[in-house]
Amino acid sequence: MTASEMNKNSTEWICGKCGEPLRLNKVNVSYLGSGYPVDLLTCPKCNRALVPPEMALGKMLEVERLLEDK
Amino acid sequence: MDQRRLHELEEQCIQDCDPPCTSRCPVHVDVRQMCKEISAGDFKHALITFQKSVPFPEIIARTCDQPCQALCNREPLGGAIRMADLELACCQLGMEESLLSPVTGRKNALVSVIGGGLCGMTAAWELARKGYRVVLFDQAEQLGGQLWGLTDAQLPKEVILRESAKLKNKGIDLRLKTRVDLNAFDWAQYDAVLIATGVDQESVNWLEKNRQGNTVIDPVTFESGMSGVFCGGSLLHPPSTITSVADGKRTATSIDRYLQKVSLTASRSSEGTQDTRLYTNLAGVLPVFAVPPADALQGYTMEEAIAEASRCLVCECMECVKVCTYLSELGAYPRKYVRDIYNNLSIIMRQRRGNKFINSCTLCGLCGEVCPTDLNFAEVIVQARKTMVETKKMPISAHDFALRDMNFSNGPRFALTYPAPGEGKCDYLLFPGCQLAASNPEYISLIYDDLVRLVGNLGIMLRCCGAPAQWSGEETLFAESGAVIRSVWESLGKPKMILACSSCHQSLKQLIPGLETVSLWEMLLKNEALGTTRGGCTQEYKVHDPCTSRYEPDWQHYARAVIERLGVRYSELPMSRTLTECCGYGGVAWLANPDLVHKMIQRRINEDNANYITYCVMCRDLFVSEGKPTLHLLDFIYGRDISALAIRKPPDYSQRHENRIRVKQRMEKRLLVKGDWKMETYEKINLQLSSEMRDLLEARLILVEDLQKVIEHAEASGEFFFNKNNGHSIASFRPNLITYWVEYEKQENSYTVFDAYSHRMVVGGDTSI
Ligand code: SF4
Ligand code: SF4
Ligand code: SF4
Repeated sequence: MTASEMNKNSTEWICGKCGEPLRLNKVNVSYLGSGYPVDLLTCPKCNRALVPPEMALGKMLEVERLLEDK
Repeated sequence: MDQRRLHELEEQCIQDCDPPCTSRCPVHVDVRQMCKEISAGDFKHALITFQKSVPFPEIIARTCDQPCQALCNREPLGGAIRMADLELACCQLGMEESLLSPVTGRKNALVSVIGGGLCGMTAAWELARKGYRVVLFDQAEQLGGQLWGLTDAQLPKEVILRESAKLKNKGIDLRLKTRVDLNAFDWAQYDAVLIATGVDQESVNWLEKNRQGNTVIDPVTFESGMSGVFCGGSLLHPPSTITSVADGKRTATSIDRYLQKVSLTASRSSEGTQDTRLYTNLAGVLPVFAVPPADALQGYTMEEAIAEASRCLVCECMECVKVCTYLSELGAYPRKYVRDIYNNLSIIMRQRRGNKFINSCTLCGLCGEVCPTDLNFAEVIVQARKTMVETKKMPISAHDFALRDMNFSNGPRFALTYPAPGEGKCDYLLFPGCQLAASNPEYISLIYDDLVRLVGNLGIMLRCCGAPAQWSGEETLFAESGAVIRSVWESLGKPKMILACSSCHQSLKQLIPGLETVSLWEMLLKNEALGTTRGGCTQEYKVHDPCTSRYEPDWQHYARAVIERLGVRYSELPMSRTLTECCGYGGVAWLANPDLVHKMIQRRINEDNANYITYCVMCRDLFVSEGKPTLHLLDFIYGRDISALAIRKPPDYSQRHENRIRVKQRMEKRLLVKGDWKMETYEKINLQLSSEMRDLLEARLILVEDLQKVIEHAEASGEFFFNKNNGHSIASFRPNLITYWVEYEKQENSYTVFDAYSHRMVVGGDTSI
């Protein structure tokens, strides 16, 4: 499995530091002073989030361009 | 941005100027539009177009003396367009629409028009359209004045009746069979008066009497010596129907302004017959002979009219758009863009495409070379980029990658000066540029050795010339990088610089006033051994000049001289020397708009089937990357296998860094100088990258060193996620304004990479923002 399929298999990912399985959670992402919440797999203990490639290269890229053109 | 300069540049583009026909026509009939409509068989709209300028189309179609033909661009190529015949065809084949109604804004003012010839009829019509109350006097029984003196063949009487009938029932108070005695006229009864009596002795006498100063009639407003009294028509000039219509329109405008109490003279310079600035390139236009109507009395059939109108060249300039993929892809021309940019930058960049648009020009300057008025759009774009940077409107992502690359080249892993500043002087300084080093690292020391034999006291400077900063609009950065180069150059005793890249030349001569330079090509020719070892080659190449050599005849000349000396057969592309095209690397457009750059490269490489030879490594690398076998002239001197080099896959961005590092190390060894750098710890991280993965990194603008930093950080901090099913780890690191992610698996001595991607957004923090 690659990271791009990870949302469907959330339980497969564990936090390397805390050993906890990742869970979907609301996380804020922001750029150039604007922010909004997205659902990301996060470690319930240390709260660090995993950004999957389709999010980085899809939604995030789109928003980045939008905000840059504003 | 300097608004005045912007306005000047906007004015410089003549694409919006009228074609010769329209500008010579006293009422500016939109001939191009009519011809387009007629050639599409749309006589109805062609007639509407005609009526916008001419209220009595059939009279004009039959009587106009066609001043539009005098400068028609078709004239030498088969004869001027027969506009009057086409106009008549519109009247006969198109359906006339009433353009008089609806009248908006009825006004109280009362205007008297004295004289019901073509001028008076036109003025009465125009004034009625504007909502004025109009009284029209004529001594004859019918409107039309001198038109009644024309033969039936010229103008059938029923046409005069039909056309003048349009004035009736339009609220115009027609007083026919009424002779007006100007000496006994009740001027006070009217708010304004037009005298359009034709050559009438009484009117002439009256005007003579009312002369003020030297001018009877104001040449712009046609106002007489008496305020509010205007004159027009053949009272003023030899009879010409179209001129009378023009006078009618001009005086109606004057009367309207007079009654509205606004300036009579402001912005009227474009009325009437004009000289146009429009340039139209006629190269390659084949002659097509004019189509006279087979039946002169009946006029054109539909087919004849379509054939005649199709001969119209629909004159325009568009010279720059024809040669530039960037301009043509956007669908307009510089005059419009300058306006857009002007608005975009002064009103906070509302347009969504603004950034991409401004960052997609390669700054190659070809537009300025082909423009009849020398408008170089690159100047506009550079200005716009500078302003965006200054006002913090330039997104960092626009040029970040190129600027970091420049930073790398000016950092400890590539930058090198020999002799070290303060430790000696030299007569010549080799400045090979960062991209030659990145692409052909093995050539640098070979070039150095050849040059040392020629000039003896030779130094070398490895770094970036600063072009990426200038292209990005980063003036401060550009100046700072220039200051460093300049002070080193001064400390070396102001040596003559030997340059291998015309972009370096362009930057350095701006940065260092008084700098003496010589191209590497000119130097290589001094080497008598050049070309003696290699046999002549059979295939013929086409020379591609880099766009930064456009105005460097020396560079063009010496590069060809080297090619000749090498025994390589070559010939010229149609677009060469000052007309050369950009390979797509210029202006960092490849970052903003890779799709467009792809089209630019395709355009250039498909101009000829032969392999190309050039003298810029970026041109060669980009052409080869799109499948065009291309060689640098240095490949013939220092390369081993020419046929392999012509199709060699260019190094990717990471390899370009590695190659520069190698050049520095090799030169340090060659010159016996001690390195001033140390290897970073992350560089020791060994990655397994498939060739697909390398291509993916290239497309996503991710460097191998970015991956190494992520993994170093993850392994040291333990901050990574682990997939218990497949054993992959995924980790991120943000060394600058970008977060890089790597999916990898740890092997014994290395890491296998499965995916890599990046984003600029920051993850985490308060979800309520
Ligand atoms: S070719 Fe057509 S557009 Fe050009 S000057 Fe003649 S009529 Fe006008
Ligand atoms: S500088 Fe080059 S790319 Fe830019 S508009 Fe002019 S011709 Fe086109
Ligand atoms: S070449 Fe381009 S910029 Fe110059 S006048 Fe023509 S359309 Fe305008």
